[in-house]
Amino acid sequence: MSASARHSLLPLLIGAGFVLVPLITGGDVYAVNLAIRIMCLAIAAIGLDLILGYGRLVSFGHAAFFGAGAYAVGILSTHGFTSAPLLIGAAILAGAALALPIGAVSLRTRGVYFIMITLAFGQMLFFTATSLSAYGGDDGLSLPARATFLGTDPFGSPLSFHYVVLALLALVYLGGRVLVASRFGRVLRAGGEDERRVIAAGFPITAYRLVAFVIAGGIAGLAGGLYAEFTEFVSPAYLSWQRSGEFIVMVVLGGTGSLHGAVLGAAGVVLLEEWLAEFTEHWRLIFGPLLVLAALAGRDGLARLLGRGKP
Amino acid sequence: MSTTLLLIQTLNGLQLGVLLFLIAAGLTLVFGVMDFINLAHGVQYMLGAYFLAAFAAATGSFALGLVLALGAALLCGVVLERLVLRHLYGRDHLDQVLATFGIILFLNEAVRALWGSAPLHVDIPEAMSGAVRLMPGLLYPFYRLVLIGAGLGVALLLYVLVAHTRIGMRVRAGASDAAMVSALGVNVGRLFTLVFGFGAMLAGFAGALAAPILSVEPGMGDNILILAFVVVVIGGIGSVRGAFVAALLVGLVDTLGRSFSTSLMRLAMDSSAAAQAGPALASMLVYVLMALVLAVRPRGLFPARAG
Repeated sequence: MSASARHSLLPLLIGAGFVLVPLITGGDVYAVNLAIRIMCLAIAAIGLDLILGYGRLVSFGHAAFFGAGAYAVGILSTHGFTSAPLLIGAAILAGAALALPIGAVSLRTRGVYFIMITLAFGQMLFFTATSLSAYGGDDGLSLPARATFLGTDPFGSPLSFHYVVLALLALVYLGGRVLVASRFGRVLRAGGEDERRVIAAGFPITAYRLVAFVIAGGIAGLAGGLYAEFTEFVSPAYLSWQRSGEFIVMVVLGGTGSLHGAVLGAAGVVLLEEWLAEFTEHWRLIFGPLLVLAALAGRDGLARLLGRGKP
Repeated sequence: MSTTLLLIQTLNGLQLGVLLFLIAAGLTLVFGVMDFINLAHGVQYMLGAYFLAAFAAATGSFALGLVLALGAALLCGVVLERLVLRHLYGRDHLDQVLATFGIILFLNEAVRALWGSAPLHVDIPEAMSGAVRLMPGLLYPFYRLVLIGAGLGVALLLYVLVAHTRIGMRVRAGASDAAMVSALGVNVGRLFTLVFGFGAMLAGFAGALAAPILSVEPGMGDNILILAFVVVVIGGIGSVRGAFVAALLVGLVDTLGRSFSTSLMRLAMDSSAAAQAGPALASMLVYVLMALVLAVRPRGLFPARAG
């Protein structure tokens, strides 16, 4: 099988898998909820892959934008807004609006500086969330009701929730595909490979990166908003730096710079956690060393096993 | 706000700054000399606190516990470096992030499995308990003064070590240009192990000192690690002097900000709004400080790296 065929076949298989989950399991609530959780996190991971995989910028604050989307939905819901397009739109906007200033400052730096600064800004927003005493502070905030759309209840049952999130995941994935194949995406990728050459060729690479950073923030906001609707709960833990780390783990284990790798990574991490947690409550004792081994063995492990073709 | 409160909070800020410096000193050298991002530095701090709690309880002596804890922290650092981190020098930062994130998950969970999730309590040593009258109406716990003094003492020692010894010269040279130092015939591998082990011991020392006044619990190193990152970024990667200045700055800004932001906000808005906005603003202050420093000097206050 040629690399390009694999490149289009694998995403189709993944998509078909998500379509079939409710059918195969007979609508089993546990399985469908697991799939919803995976898809929400996968959307955020795709956003991270844009900047981390294609732009080669290790952002360690992705959970902040995820959390911003979640809080946008949570806060608007407590004020009685229930329109799904409004809430989800606000979630996207919240993620993107925060990513703009944070990206503008962080992108002045490179390498370990960039990692630490995105981490620090993420933590800043985490503490901001804990001090929002009007919206639950440390304890978080329960959503009074789920969003509605033209009198229907898209998030009401696990089944309809599943397909709504799947449709959005497909939309984000396809949008991402178009973006990385475009001239914009090629400049972004070239900047990750050889920044000086791109600058010499006359591209304002920082501006390109900032746009990618904001798009990634918006996508994370969307994911966070959906996750808030899913759990009907928002808390500062959504913004924790451990969650940012988890997003990185998802993208890296799934294979950076392929978009569908991020989806596979999200599924892999969530399923591995669920599986290990069945054996012991201290499942991190196994998960942690697995990450170390993956890093030592070289990245793109899961992706290499699946035979992702290198261009 | 009274002068007494201001003085007490300044001392508290110094105390946080000193702890931050002990953590950031090792972190900034590991960044600077090895271009290595070590997220697991915070768990070294946590381990220091746990080791002290365990050894002090086992031996019945704080001093003996401290010595043993320092040894154990050093050993942990060296083992970690030899076993895992050594293989990741020169690799992509992403590999380093992944591996050290895995180490954090493992060690936090290991501590939880061994000692449980509940915070441990460590007694302040008998000889250092009680309070000292600094001026009329101002009592301050003696142990916290000792902590500040010990931190400043270590800072001075570190300064002499880094600025006036042969090994310190090599470390500084390594932070400036590691490849050149290696080309000049210095055994960089041994230098790396040394710097890493020493950094781990300093972080462990900070944890051990903090154990009697903070709660010793799993994950206690995670938040302070990020403050230490802020310190390293503000001070400039690889610069111990920068870490010292930035640590005190961050410690003071954070502590004073938290105590006085609400009162300051009251000057500008009504008091219920101030009670809301004050804490939110206070928790953001150090990050705003970092953003400001970066806007003016993207490489920190005292960048060590050449070129």
